[in-house]
Amino acid sequence: MQISEYTAVELSKAIKEKKVTVKEAVEACLAVIKEKEPTLNAFVTVDEEGALKEADEIQKKIDSGELTGPLAGVPVAIKDNMCTEGLLTTCSSKILYNFVPTFSSEAVLNLKKAGAIIIGKTNMDEFAMGSTCETSYYGPTKNPRNPEHVPGGSSGGSAAAVAAGEVPYSLGSDTGGSIRQPASYCGVVGMKPTYGRVSRYGLVAYGSSLDQIGPLCMDVTDCATIMEAICSHDIKDSTSVERDDNDFTSALVDDVKGMKIGIPKDYFGDGLNSEVKEAIMKAVDVLKSKGAIVEEFDLSLVEYAIPTYYTIAAAEASSNLERFDGIKYGYRTEEYNGLHNMYKKSRSEGFGPEVKRRIMLGSFVLSSGYYDAYYLKALKVKALIKKAFDEAFSKYDIIVAPAAPTTAPMIGKSLSDPIAMYLSDIYTISANLAGIPGMSIPCGTDSKGLPIGLQLLGDCFNEHKLIRAAYAYECETGVYTKQHMLNGKDGE
Amino acid sequence: MGKNYETVIGLEVHVELATKTKIFCGCSTAFGGAPNTHTCPVCTGMPGSLPVLNKQVLEYAVAVGLATNCDITQYCKFDRKNYFYPDNPQNYQISQLYLPICRNGYVEIETENGTKDIGIHEIHMEEDAGKLIHDEWDDCSYVDYNRSGVPLIEIVSEPDMRSADEVIAYLEKLKMIVQYLGASDCKLQEGSMRADVNLSIREVGAKEFGTRTEMKNLNSFKAIRRAIEGETERQIDIIESGEKVIQETRRWDDNEGESYAMRSKEDAQDYRYFPDPDLVPISLSDEFLDEIKSRQPEFRNEKMARYMEEYKLPEYDVNIITESKKMADIFENTVAIGADPKKVSNYLMGETMRILKEKEMDPQDISFKPEALAKLIKLQESKAINGKVAKDVFEVLFFEDIDPEKYVEEKGLKTVNDEGALRKVVEEVIKNNPQSVEDYHNGKEKAIGFLVGQTMKAMQGKADPASVNAMLKEFL
Repeated sequence: MQISEYTAVELSKAIKEKKVTVKEAVEACLAVIKEKEPTLNAFVTVDEEGALKEADEIQKKIDSGELTGPLAGVPVAIKDNMCTEGLLTTCSSKILYNFVPTFSSEAVLNLKKAGAIIIGKTNMDEFAMGSTCETSYYGPTKNPRNPEHVPGGSSGGSAAAVAAGEVPYSLGSDTGGSIRQPASYCGVVGMKPTYGRVSRYGLVAYGSSLDQIGPLCMDVTDCATIMEAICSHDIKDSTSVERDDNDFTSALVDDVKGMKIGIPKDYFGDGLNSEVKEAIMKAVDVLKSKGAIVEEFDLSLVEYAIPTYYTIAAAEASSNLERFDGIKYGYRTEEYNGLHNMYKKSRSEGFGPEVKRRIMLGSFVLSSGYYDAYYLKALKVKALIKKAFDEAFSKYDIIVAPAAPTTAPMIGKSLSDPIAMYLSDIYTISANLAGIPGMSIPCGTDSKGLPIGLQLLGDCFNEHKLIRAAYAYECETGVYTKQHMLNGKDGE
Repeated sequence: MGKNYETVIGLEVHVELATKTKIFCGCSTAFGGAPNTHTCPVCTGMPGSLPVLNKQVLEYAVAVGLATNCDITQYCKFDRKNYFYPDNPQNYQISQLYLPICRNGYVEIETENGTKDIGIHEIHMEEDAGKLIHDEWDDCSYVDYNRSGVPLIEIVSEPDMRSADEVIAYLEKLKMIVQYLGASDCKLQEGSMRADVNLSIREVGAKEFGTRTEMKNLNSFKAIRRAIEGETERQIDIIESGEKVIQETRRWDDNEGESYAMRSKEDAQDYRYFPDPDLVPISLSDEFLDEIKSRQPEFRNEKMARYMEEYKLPEYDVNIITESKKMADIFENTVAIGADPKKVSNYLMGETMRILKEKEMDPQDISFKPEALAKLIKLQESKAINGKVAKDVFEVLFFEDIDPEKYVEEKGLKTVNDEGALRKVVEEVIKNNPQSVEDYHNGKEKAIGFLVGQTMKAMQGKADPASVNAMLKEFL
């Protein structure tokens, strides 16, 4: 077995058993990156020197017994909207083309404590705004299963890097589906934890009340393991929640007997591709065959989720992105005439069209006279959506649905019609509005060989139930990512 | 002409809170550090940084609210006020619009016509901005974020004031309350208390308010008084000439004694306020409020009553020495180490107030130690020094950290209690001033004052005037 075929947990075990050195692990990743990046463009920055240096340090700590955890010595890729001290952090935007943070985000620090080695920073939709990874200033990322297709977004680079074997796992961020949808498109496992589970400190904010960091990885065991490492209470983040149930690997149990699963009928309507629908229903049957109790129900309010999401996320983004003004850091226009001209030119030249669109939308919904009609109303609908989920979770342990209505679209097809792109977030954004955890695991491919993702949703802080169901499904069907990497048939 | 106008004034008062650290990060609030040394990713608006509320800010804001009879908003939130300016690193200020911490309060002020309540519309918490430094030679500007994130409360009054006197009385009252709470030193000159004046005029008896202007850049009570008088006149002139007052923000130039329009309502910015999603809503429990209540200090009225009762001081004295917390503290600390209350009070009302006035100082600036004053009073009581010398020594100890006992000793200021020496001088003075002696014998009582003066002069001031007086009478 090649090093790049190991899952994170397997690789760490091999390192501990001295079958592989940390340096070999890092070099193996760098080799795959060198081979695949010209096609994929999953990375904005590859820190070869830093990773090799860190490899020696970590090896020593493993040898001395200082580092014993299940991620020690394992390389990781970080989405480029998480601050990494001393390492370029661009958010895939021109406006941060030269920004090197003075501190690391809390989730990254947690991984470093666990002995992770940062290989580089992954490409994304600019400021996480987009569903295809095509709005990056540094060019689109391609889907490893088929480079003519998008990897999804906004954490497209993080998903593609794992799917292509460039790294065993990565971190992404999910504001409206940005982990789950690319996980689905690329055929990897991805989880958006409950809002507050992972510290947002150091994550460059898009929609602060919706953003959450989570893992993208090869299997459910890795997912639970990474979750254990990144979840923590952080006093630097007021929205971080103190929990004593971050023991996610305890949920790796192959047993769903009696688990109540709700299937929201509203998610299986007209917009859903028939091949995707078929794959999801097949997956549901697998869980049923293992003893889960499956029932269809009406979730309601689904049609309001998209306008509500784009109102709230854009409003917060319009304010969050004000700090990028050319004064303190990042891009400043070459020539300008006075302060306001400098602001205007720096921002006009520094932001791409999708970011500008959302800043304008957000500024509009917050402006005096419209605040009540749009932003305040959206907050009310958000509360109602949460209530609808509360009701559902009073009856079901988890909800199972598709992660996206289709498989990965062709590159270049989405940007021309932003509304259609916004609509493709329909199955994922409700989880962000409700603050609940969600997960996507591979459950097959369509006729073109493009992966399909099964989405699991749970009540707040019920990640354990998602992991348990996903693990049981995986035990039955095998680790998709690995199979596809081993036989290398699909698309490559 | 001949119409009677009434001035209607409301104030927005910013008070910088005396916390050690900033409102949303752990940086120091200390004044005067080298530029950008009291900064971190949070208060410089670095991407990915997040604010966390300093609990002390909340406690001070609630304490001020309780002391000004406000309703405390037990479920309150922070909002973002969005505007672009380089001193504002995030390009939004974290403030409170929708659910401010305190509302519907009042403070009572003394006016010519008795007491009057000035309503407080609200008090909210917010962060201060950084400071821009313009380099005129280099054609460039610098920004210092040391002030960025220093905690402020903004106290917004109702338009209840009708004259500059009422405004000053209101500000004095606020200042006293805040100082008594230890929530701020409230120095206008240093900017730890800033007042913006909203002013309009209307005919006496009119029910509707006139169009108001907002006056900024007022950094002394004098400037505030002059600005109010100037703006009242300006608005009357406009109305008398048949024109309309424009709603605008004006900047007061105290050197010129004039104000200038900064921006009008037409180009007022839309701040796009919305709740800050990075800060969770604050729920204040009854227990929290009770605890703050139980910690509220003794305020002026209670202190005044106690001083009159406990120390038997006249109301006049008590009025003066409780006017600032600092003065009251000095009084209590000096009395606590055994000094006579009335004598301490005399020093505070007399010499201390005189020096403060002469040097244009604030009671906050007093730095002498209660021990020094107590020792000085002891020296005077024991007749080791006379009153004149004591006053001189007080002036020294007011500015310098001296031990009065040592100082008097070293400078040879002790009263000469050597009766023989005094007797000699007195005999000499009588001998040299026959005219005054004669005047005295002819019933001119005043003449003895001249002889006492001559004796004191000969003794270089180091005699006890009462003893001199007695001895002179004895000889004559």
